[in-house]
Amino acid sequence: MMRRATLADRPGGLGALLLAPALLYVFLLVGVPFVLVILLSFSDSTAGSLTFHWVGFEQYARILADPVFRRAAWNTVLVTLGSQALAIVLATAAAQVLRSAFRGRRLARFVLLLPWAVPVSLGAIAWTWLFDSTFSVINWTLRAVGLLHGWLYWLGDPTLALVAIVLVQAWRMFPFATLIVLAGMTTLPQEMLEASVVDGAGFWRRLLEVELPLLSPVLVVAVLFGIANVATDLGVVYLLTGGGPANTTQVLPTLAFQRGILGADLGQGAAVAVFMLPFLIVVAVAMLWLARHAEVGRR
Amino acid sequence: MVRFVSAVIEEHEGRKRSRFVASVEIRGLQKHYGDVHAVGGVDLSIADGEFLVLLGASGSGKTTLLRMIAGLEHPSSGEILIDGQRAGPDVPPRSRGVAMVFQSYALYPHRTVRENIAFPLRAQHAPRWRIEQRVTWAAELFHITSHLDRYPRQLSGGERQRVALCRALVREPRVFLFDEPLANLDAKLRNNARDEIKRFHRQVRTTTIYVTHDQVEAMGLGDRIAVMEHGRVRQVGTPQAIYDRPDDTFVATFLGQPPMNLILSRSPALAGGTVLGFRPEDLLPRQAFDAGEGVCEFSFSVSRLEYLGSERHLYGTVAEGDTVNGPVVAKLSGRMGACAREGEGQPFAVARSAMHLFDAATGARRSE
Repeated sequence: MMRRATLADRPGGLGALLLAPALLYVFLLVGVPFVLVILLSFSDSTAGSLTFHWVGFEQYARILADPVFRRAAWNTVLVTLGSQALAIVLATAAAQVLRSAFRGRRLARFVLLLPWAVPVSLGAIAWTWLFDSTFSVINWTLRAVGLLHGWLYWLGDPTLALVAIVLVQAWRMFPFATLIVLAGMTTLPQEMLEASVVDGAGFWRRLLEVELPLLSPVLVVAVLFGIANVATDLGVVYLLTGGGPANTTQVLPTLAFQRGILGADLGQGAAVAVFMLPFLIVVAVAMLWLARHAEVGRR
Repeated sequence: MVRFVSAVIEEHEGRKRSRFVASVEIRGLQKHYGDVHAVGGVDLSIADGEFLVLLGASGSGKTTLLRMIAGLEHPSSGEILIDGQRAGPDVPPRSRGVAMVFQSYALYPHRTVRENIAFPLRAQHAPRWRIEQRVTWAAELFHITSHLDRYPRQLSGGERQRVALCRALVREPRVFLFDEPLANLDAKLRNNARDEIKRFHRQVRTTTIYVTHDQVEAMGLGDRIAVMEHGRVRQVGTPQAIYDRPDDTFVATFLGQPPMNLILSRSPALAGGTVLGFRPEDLLPRQAFDAGEGVCEFSFSVSRLEYLGSERHLYGTVAEGDTVNGPVVAKLSGRMGACAREGEGQPFAVARSAMHLFDAATGARRSE
C-alpha cells in the first residue's frame, strides 16, 4: 500500500518549519533592536519619554566633539588590539605545549579552556580581587619574589587600569585562540615539519618560517573572532573599573551603556553604539569570507 | 678579493666534502610501539657511496628503519653509526649529515622553489653568496632554473620531485634517505623519475638508502637490496643475487612477477617436506631442452591461457606436487608461446640449474 507523503517528506516545508523558531528569535531579539538602535541614534529620545524626534547627525556630531567619547574609542582600539596580540602569542605558546604528548594532557586542555567557559562576570569579579588596591595577589606575589618594591594601584591608575583590562581580555580570549591554533597545527602535514627538522631548522626557524606562515589563515580567523568579541564586550570593563577612574578606561560599549541606559540619553547611547558598526561589519565580513576560503597551508 | 679567495676555499672544501661520503652501520636495531615490534633486530652495513634499497610490503618496518636513521624516531635498542660515529638519541637530525626526500616531497607551499632549495642552507647560516651559488648549481643540475621563482603548486609532480632532490642535495649530506619518493607519480612519470634518481646517484655518489615497496624500482635502482618482512631483514644482496638465489620462500615469492612457483614435492628422491621453487620463465615445454640436458620434468595441465602481447602466461597444475602459492604459472615468450594451448598433461620441464629447494616447515633454502 502506498502511503501519502507527510510533511516530513517535503524538504521545503519541513525545513521552513524547523527554521522558523530560530529565525523568529533572531528577528525579534537581534533584528528589531538593531534597526531600533540605528533609528534612535538619529533622534534625541530619552528613556523617560516615548517621543521620537529626528535630529539627523546631531548626536554623532556631539559625541565626536566629546573628549570622553574620543578617549573611549581610542581605549577600545587599544584594548582590542592589545589583548589580541597578547592572546595570539599566548595561544601559540600554549598550543606548542599542548600538542606534545605528556601525562595529563587531557586535564591540561580542560583546565586551559576554563577561562573561556567561565561567565565573563564571574571571571571579572575574580580579577577585581587579584587587582584589589589593598589585597592584590599580584602585588603580593611580585613583592614576595622581589620584583616589586612599591605598590601598584592596578585599578586606580589610568594606565595600569588599561593594562589590567588588556590582561583580562587576553586571558578570556586566549583559550579559544589556543584551540583554533591547535586544530590548525594538527592539519599541518607531518612530513613537512619533519622535512624542516631534517633540513636543520631549529625550534624558532620551524615555528616562524614554516608553521606560523602556514597557520596564518587560522590565526587570522582567531584574531578576527577575538576582535569581534572584545570590541563589543561590556562586562569586563564594567565590572573591573566601571570606566573609571574619571572615565579614563571607558570603552565604547560601557560608554554607550552609561550614556544610554544609566544616563537615560537613549539617542546618544545609540549613537555611541552604532559608531562601532562600520568597523565591526568589516571584521565580520572578513571573518565569514576567511572561514569559507581559508585553508591551512595554502596561499 | 677576500671574497674571491674565500669562495675558492669554500668551493675546494665543498668538493672535498661532496666526495666525502659516509658508511652506515646498523646493529641490533629494534623499535617497539607498545607490543608492536615495528623493527625487530636489524643488522645492516651500507658501504660508502652505495645505493641500498629497503624493499618490503607496507608494515614491514622499512620506513621506521629509515626514520630512525634520520633521527626522526628513536630506537628502542640497538645502535646506528654514521661514518663510524654513534648517532644516538642525543644526536638530532640536523647534526647527522643526512638529507631526506619524503613521499609527499614536503615542499614548503608558501615559499618559492628558490626559497625551498635555500632553506637547509639558511638553517646552516651559510653566507648569502654561497646560498645563491649552491641553489643555482643544484637548479642547473636538475634543469629547473626557469622554475626558481614559482611556487610548488605551480609545478608538475615530476618537477616537484626534482625540487625536493635539489633541496636535499644543496647541503652536501653524507647520506641520502628516500622514503618512497616515486609513489605519488603516475606510471609514465615514474620511469623518468627513476632514471633521474639513478643519474643523480651516479653524479654525486653519496651513500643512499631508498625505501620502496615496488620491486621494479628496487631491482632497477639498488646496488644492493635488503628485503624486509615483519621488521626483519630477510635477505640482503645484489638484485641478481636476490632474484637468482633467494634465501627463503618469502623472498622467492616477493620478487618476480608472476612470483616463483612453489610446489610441495612428492618425489621419493627428495627428503620429505621439500618445496620445489622455479620461476615462471624457467618452466618451458620439454622440447625446448636438449635430450641430454639435466632437467626436472613436469606434467603440466594448463587450465587457462593469458595472452599479454610479448608473452603468454599459462596457469595450471603439475602432477608432480601440490601447489603452495596458487596455480603454477609458465611464462612463455613470443615464438614458444605461440604453440601453447590449454589441456591436460603436457610435457614441461625446468633446467636443474634453475631449480630451488626450500624446507617446507621453515621456508629456508636447502643446500642441494
